[in-house]
Amino acid sequence: MADKPDGHEIIGRGNAEGGRLFREWFATLTGAAERGEPTAYVFVMGSIAEVLRAFDMHLVFPEINSLQTAVRRVAHEYLNTAEDYGYSPDICGYVKADVGVQLRGGQHPMGKIPKPSLAILTNACNTYLKWGEIWERMYQPKVFALDAPGSRSASTQNWGASNPDFEHDRKYVEYQLRELITVCEGITGKKFDIDRLRETMRYTNEMTAAYARLLEVNKAIPAPYNALNEGTIYLGVANALRGTAEGAKYFQDLVEEMEYKAAHKIGTLPQEKYRLTFVGVPCYPIFRRFYELFSEWGGTFVSSTYLNFASGGTDWGFQYDLNRPMESLAEGTLVGLRRAMDAMFFQNQWLIDSIDPFHIDGIVYHPIKSCRTVSTGLADNRRAVMEARDVATLFIESDMMDKRVVSEAQMKNRIDAFFEGLATRKLHAHATAA
Amino acid sequence: MAYAAGVDVGSTQTKAIVIDEHGKIVGRALIDTGSNVVTAAEKSFLAALEAGGIAESEVGYVVGTGYGRYKVTFGDTQITEISCHARGAVHMFPGTRTVLDMGGQDTKAIRVQPNGEVIDFSMNDKCAAGTGRFLQAAAFALEIPLPELGLVALRAEKAVPITTTCTVFAESEVLSWLGKGKKIEDILLGVHRSIGTRSMALLRRVGVEPEVTFTGGVTKNPGMVQVLNEMLGLKVNVGAESHMMGALGAALFALDRIKGSREPVAVKEGVG
Repeated sequence: MADKPDGHEIIGRGNAEGGRLFREWFATLTGAAERGEPTAYVFVMGSIAEVLRAFDMHLVFPEINSLQTAVRRVAHEYLNTAEDYGYSPDICGYVKADVGVQLRGGQHPMGKIPKPSLAILTNACNTYLKWGEIWERMYQPKVFALDAPGSRSASTQNWGASNPDFEHDRKYVEYQLRELITVCEGITGKKFDIDRLRETMRYTNEMTAAYARLLEVNKAIPAPYNALNEGTIYLGVANALRGTAEGAKYFQDLVEEMEYKAAHKIGTLPQEKYRLTFVGVPCYPIFRRFYELFSEWGGTFVSSTYLNFASGGTDWGFQYDLNRPMESLAEGTLVGLRRAMDAMFFQNQWLIDSIDPFHIDGIVYHPIKSCRTVSTGLADNRRAVMEARDVATLFIESDMMDKRVVSEAQMKNRIDAFFEGLATRKLHAHATAA
Repeated sequence: MAYAAGVDVGSTQTKAIVIDEHGKIVGRALIDTGSNVVTAAEKSFLAALEAGGIAESEVGYVVGTGYGRYKVTFGDTQITEISCHARGAVHMFPGTRTVLDMGGQDTKAIRVQPNGEVIDFSMNDKCAAGTGRFLQAAAFALEIPLPELGLVALRAEKAVPITTTCTVFAESEVLSWLGKGKKIEDILLGVHRSIGTRSMALLRRVGVEPEVTFTGGVTKNPGMVQVLNEMLGLKVNVGAESHMMGALGAALFALDRIKGSREPVAVKEGVG
């Protein structure tokens, strides 16, 4: 029996491996672009990766490409290219950065992005559908729009065979997925193999089970990872390598690392003082600095709604039934999309419920200018949470892509005031307890 | 006896206050910030010491606040003006539950606990609309000295609606109303109401709970005070030191530190 790896080998493995897998993934895309191999453009909410991987198609996530330009501090170049072409400064920054990538012939800081043979859109985001129309005009790929019947409600979703409405919706999605398979056969010239689909679904099962456990592990004090910056690495792998053996192993190893850290009380910060939840999409233009504005005060993000909705519902750990793959794939796709939408629009109950188990001191809301879909309603959401629980909250506005609307000095002022309030709260709590 | 001091480096003016061990103000100073923030902080502090007849060595603790708080190089720590205005307002007016701080470049609505703890706050975002800068633009366009602006507005009979929310465009809108023959005082009342409307939006975000204390440099403007009273339907607290409230709050936090209480201490900029 192989020896279990010790702490020295485990700690930091997830971040390093995540970076390596990401670089390899982009290198594969560069190769696909050069060889003109079948490629699907997909989104983080409803990628249907299992079907695409069963046909050996490459997956491109334009949202990830765009945020990578911001993290690498070149987003403005791509945004400017799109705005010079005629796109408004007011629309989604992810769309514009992607348009910039396309207008530059697929040149991206991480490699070359292949052109789409297929685009898969869902109605989880209203912009997805318009975005797909841009590619349609540019490249004339096959465009598959998955219509997932919405059932948006706060933590009152009712699904499963016992619910006839849900079964109707599931069948509707299954019918569409069977159409997608026909489309993929046409693009790749390959015959659909149900056992290949089972295989990719099995890898997704392993990944989602580990992903759900990963989110749970951060209840530990101190938190073994930061859900904002480290969490975004994990999220990237969860999307990019969904339905693969590498993706499944990555998350199993990651859980091993985080459980080790939790058991040995090794936190992501040397001294964790405040445990926070993040609501919204990260501030990628100053990604590291944004994190530091909190970590300098001893603040750690132990959870985030981003790890829920941007995982396309993976957070729930849904397990496909491999004995009835098509039925179960439809069920998982539908449930995942609905959970993703609930995590965007009805996060208040989840936030309230997670305060105690995650020992949350404060909630940070980060609405962003260029995505009203995830931002509209956050102010009301915040009010609802504050009415339900006496918890400190911070509301800071910036953007996930556009540095022109990110004011670090103003942000710091608000964050500092937030921590001053948290410090006073702790002081009074100690005084009351004494 | 050790004195405590607060230095509030604002975008327009820098204020310093020195208090004694009972929290009584013994020295104060207010100067224009200018282009050298470090020098402004030093000058205001020394001027406050001089006004109180106090030697620098007698000051036991200094708290820097305001946008330039990290430039108070002689300060022992930094605390945001949000916490400081709340603290100063509750000290000066103990019934305070809501604070409206209107400064040169930003306006903040702050809801506070009876002990001065900040419950919630809201600020103008990356735009100087609804701040003192808006008044400055109007004063410039109308060629009226800033201190007289509010007094002129109080003579108005019928406010002219100022619809722009942009400080830059306010000037051209003011000029266009002048061109249409509107009275200066009526235009100015419109300008004050425009700012008042923006402030009300910030206040509504945090929830208005009486008493409301008005702080910051614009408290010196009686027109603004009256407009706020009308819009809120109550009389806001304003005192002689209201424009110095940030510095006073900072000095009170400094006094806490001298007395050994464990109030929040800021993280030095750039240090993990």
